[in-house]
Amino acid sequence: MAQKTITRAELSEAVYQKIGLSRTESAALVELVLREISDCIAQGQTVKLSSFGSFVVRDKGQRIGRNPKTGIEVPIEPRRVMVFKPSNILKARINGIDIADEDE
Amino acid sequence: MIKSELVQKIADKYPELYQRDAENVVNAILDEITQALARGDRVEIRGFGAFSVKKRDARIGRNPRTGEHVPVAEKVVPVFKAGKEMRQRLNLAAE
Repeated sequence: MAQKTITRAELSEAVYQKIGLSRTESAALVELVLREISDCIAQGQTVKLSSFGSFVVRDKGQRIGRNPKTGIEVPIEPRRVMVFKPSNILKARINGIDIADEDE
Repeated sequence: MIKSELVQKIADKYPELYQRDAENVVNAILDEITQALARGDRVEIRGFGAFSVKKRDARIGRNPRTGEHVPVAEKVVPVFKAGKEMRQRLNLAAE
């Protein structure tokens, strides 16, 4: 089976199909939801979406990296990264198991 | 921020929208992503990041407490990679 890529357009379409709003409003709402989530994470906050998963910001310390091509050592500066921790419900669902919603 | 707070923020910015609809919008988005991943599809949201799935082969696991061998079935796990814009935004304040 060919792999498809879902983008904003499909998310807006899903909102449009499920909720009685116009296509324009659906697209604007998808954009707003994504913006609220990203703004929160950008500020270093954790975003927990029950039955889906959480986005957590982690601080990484400085370490010595290496250019894999040349083998030259380069310092990697301390930085912040975001990680996604899928909920057990999401993990089960993508394996075709539908477990009841429950807060973890 | 938790889901109900996200819903509240959406509802505050869209006074013409019922709170219930704001909740349905958030759930519709998350459900759509979940369903795509369940089909093995990729979800790419420019500026935010991309979700995809990876297959993990069946393996022999071990109960760390008893040392017992337990078979672990093949499964798929969701993976997320943050987008360029998010990676940059996370490191703006630090510089």
